[in-house]
Amino acid sequence: MAAVQDGGSELEGEKEPKPELMNDGSTAPAAAPSSRPEDQQTLLAVLQFLKRNKLIESVDALRREAGLADEPEEAPGSEAAGGAGGAAAGSGELGDAGALLSRVSGGSQSAAAPAPAKGGDDQPDVSVVLSAYSQQGDPSLYQVYYSGLKKFIESVLDCHRAELSQLFYPLFVHMYLELVYNNHESEAKSFFEKFNGDQECYYQDDLRVLSGLTKKEHMKGNETLLDFRTSRFVLRISRDSYQLLKRHLQERQNNQIWNIIQEHLYIDIFDGMPRSKSQIDSMSGSLAGEAKREDNKTKVYYGLLKEPEIEVPLDDEDEEAENEEGKPKKKKPKKDSMGSKSKKQDPNAPQQNRIPLPELKDSDKLDKIMYMKEATKRIRLGPESLPSICFYTFLNAYQGLTAVDFTDDSSLLAGGFADSTVRVWSVTPKKLRKVKSAADLGMIDKESDDVLERIMDEKTASECKILYGHSGPVYGVSFSPDRNYLLSSSEDGTIRLWSLQTFTCLVAYKGHNYPVWDTQFSPYGYYFVSGGHDRVARLWATDHYQPLRMFAGHLADITCTRFHPNSNYVATGSADRTIRLWDVLNGHCVRVLTGHKGPIHSLAFSPNGKYLASGSTDGRVLLWDIGHGLMIGELKGHTDTIYALRFSRDGEILASGSMDNTVRLWDAIRAFDDVETDDFTAATGHVHLPDNSQELLLGTYLSKSTPVIHLHFTRRNLLLSAGAYNSQ
Amino acid sequence: KQLEKLKFTSCWNCPFHLKWCSSSIQSPRAPELNCLMAEERRQKQCSVVLPSESMKAMAESMGVGQLQEDSCVALSEEVSYRIKEIAQDALKFMHHGKRRKLTTSDIDYPLKLKNVEPLYGFQSQDFIPFRFASGGGRELHFYEEKEVDLSDIISTPLPRVPLDVSLKAHWLSIDGVQPSIPENPPPATKEQQKAESTEPLKAVKPGQEEDGSIQGKGQSGTSAEVKGKEKLRMKPRSTHELSVEQQLYYKEITEACVGSCEAKRAEALQSIATDPGLYQMLPRFSTFISEGVRVNVVQNNLALLIYLMRMMKALMDNPTLYLEKYLHELLPAVVTCIVSKQLCLRPDVDNHWALRDFAARLMAQSCKTFSTTTNNIQSRITKTFTKSWLDDRTQWTTRYGCIAGLSELGPDVIKTLIIPRLTVEGVRIKAVMEGLVVSNIDKIGADHVQSLLLKHCASVIAKIRPAPDVVDQYRTDYGYLGPMLCSHVVKARTQAALQAQTVNRTTLTITQVPTTLTITQVPSGGSRTPSIIKVPSSLTLMSTRPATPTQPSPPATKYIVMATSAGAASTQQVTRQTLTSFLNRNTAPAGTYTVTTIPHRPPGLAKHATVTASPPPAPSPVPSSSLVLQSHSPAPSSSPLFSTVLQSPLQYRLTVPSSVPSSSPLTSSSFSPVLQPPLKSCPPVPSSILVLRPLFSPLSSLAIQPCLPAPSSRAVLQPCLPVCPAALSSSPVFHSRPPPPLQSCPPVPSSSPFLQPCLPVLSSSLVLQSCPPAPSSVPYLSPRPSVPVLQSPSSSSRPPVASLM
Repeated sequence: MAAVQDGGSELEGEKEPKPELMNDGSTAPAAAPSSRPEDQQTLLAVLQFLKRNKLIESVDALRREAGLADEPEEAPGSEAAGGAGGAAAGSGELGDAGALLSRVSGGSQSAAAPAPAKGGDDQPDVSVVLSAYSQQGDPSLYQVYYSGLKKFIESVLDCHRAELSQLFYPLFVHMYLELVYNNHESEAKSFFEKFNGDQECYYQDDLRVLSGLTKKEHMKGNETLLDFRTSRFVLRISRDSYQLLKRHLQERQNNQIWNIIQEHLYIDIFDGMPRSKSQIDSMSGSLAGEAKREDNKTKVYYGLLKEPEIEVPLDDEDEEAENEEGKPKKKKPKKDSMGSKSKKQDPNAPQQNRIPLPELKDSDKLDKIMYMKEATKRIRLGPESLPSICFYTFLNAYQGLTAVDFTDDSSLLAGGFADSTVRVWSVTPKKLRKVKSAADLGMIDKESDDVLERIMDEKTASECKILYGHSGPVYGVSFSPDRNYLLSSSEDGTIRLWSLQTFTCLVAYKGHNYPVWDTQFSPYGYYFVSGGHDRVARLWATDHYQPLRMFAGHLADITCTRFHPNSNYVATGSADRTIRLWDVLNGHCVRVLTGHKGPIHSLAFSPNGKYLASGSTDGRVLLWDIGHGLMIGELKGHTDTIYALRFSRDGEILASGSMDNTVRLWDAIRAFDDVETDDFTAATGHVHLPDNSQELLLGTYLSKSTPVIHLHFTRRNLLLSAGAYNSQ
Repeated sequence: KQLEKLKFTSCWNCPFHLKWCSSSIQSPRAPELNCLMAEERRQKQCSVVLPSESMKAMAESMGVGQLQEDSCVALSEEVSYRIKEIAQDALKFMHHGKRRKLTTSDIDYPLKLKNVEPLYGFQSQDFIPFRFASGGGRELHFYEEKEVDLSDIISTPLPRVPLDVSLKAHWLSIDGVQPSIPENPPPATKEQQKAESTEPLKAVKPGQEEDGSIQGKGQSGTSAEVKGKEKLRMKPRSTHELSVEQQLYYKEITEACVGSCEAKRAEALQSIATDPGLYQMLPRFSTFISEGVRVNVVQNNLALLIYLMRMMKALMDNPTLYLEKYLHELLPAVVTCIVSKQLCLRPDVDNHWALRDFAARLMAQSCKTFSTTTNNIQSRITKTFTKSWLDDRTQWTTRYGCIAGLSELGPDVIKTLIIPRLTVEGVRIKAVMEGLVVSNIDKIGADHVQSLLLKHCASVIAKIRPAPDVVDQYRTDYGYLGPMLCSHVVKARTQAALQAQTVNRTTLTITQVPTTLTITQVPSGGSRTPSIIKVPSSLTLMSTRPATPTQPSPPATKYIVMATSAGAASTQQVTRQTLTSFLNRNTAPAGTYTVTTIPHRPPGLAKHATVTASPPPAPSPVPSSSLVLQSHSPAPSSSPLFSTVLQSPLQYRLTVPSSVPSSSPLTSSSFSPVLQPPLKSCPPVPSSILVLRPLFSPLSSLAIQPCLPAPSSRAVLQPCLPVCPAALSSSPVFHSRPPPPLQSCPPVPSSSPFLQPCLPVLSSSLVLQSCPPAPSSVPYLSPRPSVPVLQSPSSSSRPPVASLM
């Protein structure tokens, strides 16, 4: 509260040049016609002075004279009360925002722990944050400054121009905000109109937010703006270009701009050749500029965990009967390869017990065996042999299908709907059965061999079960690897765990108070991750009702979450157009990947854990090398949001599904092969993206007005896709 | 005080404003919102705010009078900002809902996020159209709320329960190739079809690309090579082969379209109008129509012409077809149906006028849809019509067509082209009406032209002429037609006034169904009540239904009364009984069944009187009287029965919903021709042959010859060969086709060509009639290049079809 009051008094202080704005923010528009309040203020001040000095008579006289007789006592009182009320209201807002902010900044502190955390994180209060704008230049000169810089940048050598052009956007935003903050509304407006056309097109979304913001009081509680303020915009500029800029600004004595650069920008200077325009463009686009190089220096153990040794029962009689010839032949080499693979420890893999993982149960082992058997029948995919695609269309969903997931063995399918239901289908002839009621279970002979069969209720078996419990659209569903549980996350802020034995809700995990956009089980079960509108990703364990880790650092909604195949890392994609990779062990952010130009709606790890693919609303798929933290590919072709990404089981093919009703197949092997990751690139983080999307595109399959929202490769590499038919 | 008030308003009104305003963005679809934003972005991004008047209006509605201007401005800025915020969040929810359309709930959730109570009562899955009204300098946006009568809701049966979500699996791709099954989209969209026709080099069909690369990869190892190959390819292969299924489909559809079964036809037309995968068959359909029109104009086969026009309409209704490519074939056919000198065998009794009207509307529609600055269809059509209309020698039928064609083009055309000519036309009509030695046909024609002119001009004149309608003035202005016009205008005005009273009833379109008019004017159409039916002697009562009904539920039962000889006027008891019992059975509250007997002029004329009893349309309270007109070709045959049986009797049924104005003149039920099905004595003919019966069925080919009035059928054909009517032959815009030499004409009389035409595709036999040299008579299914230009060897040998495109 004190801080808020301080803020208020600070505001008062600043207001000297503009006396008509006498109240604090929340009542500022109330500013009455200019001359009167001024007098009134003086009057009130005098009155107060008199009161303080106990000159009651004079007070009365003055009041009478000034015509304030109607509310003799209340005038000063109400003023104070009003002010206090306003401040209180403001503090409520500020309190909220402040809390949020402190969370965010706390997160970024922890996230940026390895990096020098000097970015103003130690000022959690909004008013303080905003007051950084209070320093004043002549508002009319802002345009001059900006266009001066523009002229300078346009006149420098080509090689520097692209780099220095990066300055335009953050400077533009900060200058605009300064103008708005200092109540130069018309100047701000004209400044915006004059220069917003210069900005890169991928900033349009943010500019739109900015354009709505024309008053100081809008700035409170505007999250986008807070993000911009609390996180310094990161630019990566070569030393030469930076020197050039510095010299120019010093020559011109252009303090305004220099201050902004000093205070609000983080310039990551590197030695060497300046980057080209395309290089810069490919990396920029995120809300807070590029990732700092230090952010991506941490070592990431992207290797896979060693598979537990499971003896594959060599001869199943019936299998043998099925295809006698070739069977032993096939099996032998397979087993060898499996064995050799699992014996050798991947140097990039984390330690087996880095993250405690649940013990394998018998049923899991059986499943593993099934998996291996299926794997032997897997089709080897490639440009020559494309997968078949089976499309599951949801009919009569009336635009309500919001999430889909398949089990790993492709036997079950779950759909989350906008009407708050979760529906589970069996896509095999086997119907869904639930366990009998307690009364019925009592009558079962527990000693019999088929007790596991007997406990299932055959009468109510059906192809589809509906799970009721959420009170808002279900935005994410995920099956547990053992197919016993299902997770669903919803607009109501909860994540629910459902049993697929009883088809009832077991737990509602409450923690996110805002819509939870996505959730996913760890590939080893037990853990799951969720992320939502509150910008914090949480790691949970199924037996804890509170999160184990909170991953804070994103500047906007977390739109999708994915576990790394080795379960040691979690990737989150966000509406701030960055992807972050978090270490489950310590909650640190180990990678920040920038380059998307729109909110990221899908993520996929390659089966070997080395690469990450991400798809966003701009219709592009970006490929990332996790080890180096580098962008290594860009797949262009989709025309709308990409909601689904999936690598084939052996990682040869990347399938992407989009709102534009298409499934596209990409040659993943070639995409990764073409990349030359030499030391220089790795060190500087400069990327050269080959523009070979067309060559990598292996196929485009258009569905009949059915947006593709989920993709899944079966264990034999058949591609399953799902979406709801849209009748318009 | 000012301050307090402001606080009050901002405290109380803000959420309200918010709600109100966001309610106003509840409905728009996301694209619209996006486009709104795009627009916003394009212009001044920061200055889009709500007008302060709305603030005032809302404040008033909250009971806060006299809001200061400043506070209005401040409020509106605040509210606009909040609305934008909410809209941005709503978009987020839309994205996560995996939708492209913003729904009302997408607005509710952001409100919830901001701890604002969501809006209740704005649940709608659909688009809520906003209405805009302005007047007196004020503008108003509102959305229309219908008054709901609860008793209506209670009394109406419950709607069907929406189906539950279900899951359906299909193959999107099999080993990288997309199978063409109904679940998958058609291989080419309209845009692709367009690209293919306009920029053949750039367009690559998706399926083809896949095929190509897959095959290519099979042959040559590296894909780079394939890419090279594909780039080298100058022009994409355009396949014109139809799969077996498509061939079957085509056959079924065309047969149904011109066949006898109305239900089947309706289905077929529905299929043509909606099916998305027809584009590959489009060239065939187009040729089918154009060739069909050629042949049947020659044959004066009105019914078939009507069917073909309906097909054409169905094609135009199909949103997935890119028809532009085939206009050069289709439009001449339509024009032919409008202005042809003769469309039916008996122009004095047949209602070919209806066909002309229908075709004229079709033409107007195509002008609207297809006219561009490059092809200039509308102006060319207008010119054509005008030119032949202005010609003095033009016959009344063509004249009628021209006027109909012009007047369908809209009131502007009527105003500029027709109304100035009213006087001249009046003189001409007068000459016919009051002249002495005029043929009946001319009289009928003039009569039709007159009523057509009156009908179309009245409404336009009612608009452009100030109110007092003085007969004399009209006479001076418009000559002979003046007085009649005057009364029509008066009528139009009263109707308009009526219309204005019953506002917003869109169903009440007052356009009179043209056919109503024509029916009443059928010459000597003495309509009588069934009780006094007098049918000429020796009646045979037959059911028109073939032995095995093809329609499961006949919409109308039909009886045919046939007379073999004229004169004797004895009423068959059977008929009357049947009719009366029939009437009794149909407890229609109202429904007058009228049999129009046609004056028989030539001796030995067979007469058909068909009574069509359609069960009274259940929901419609209006009595529908149906009247059936029937005509027969004059068959100077010695064996009249035989000839009637075999010679495709031309008849059509006009179901006239006499007082129910059809709501959509173009879709019109006013026009449902029925081809006479075979009589009992006729062996059951497969419907494909049935269609062609006038020409090609073995039986008819034998019979035709004696029936044709002319000495040799070749001679008959000859005048008709320039298919386009004589009226248009002066303006060879559409048919630059030279009359082919007679020698190349297939010998019609000899039955040999007709005995073999049971080809896979029915229209191939029609081709024969159009006398092109060899190549085009090859059955269509053989890979034949599609119509437009460039490639095919056959196009050179084909007569240059038209110069329109």
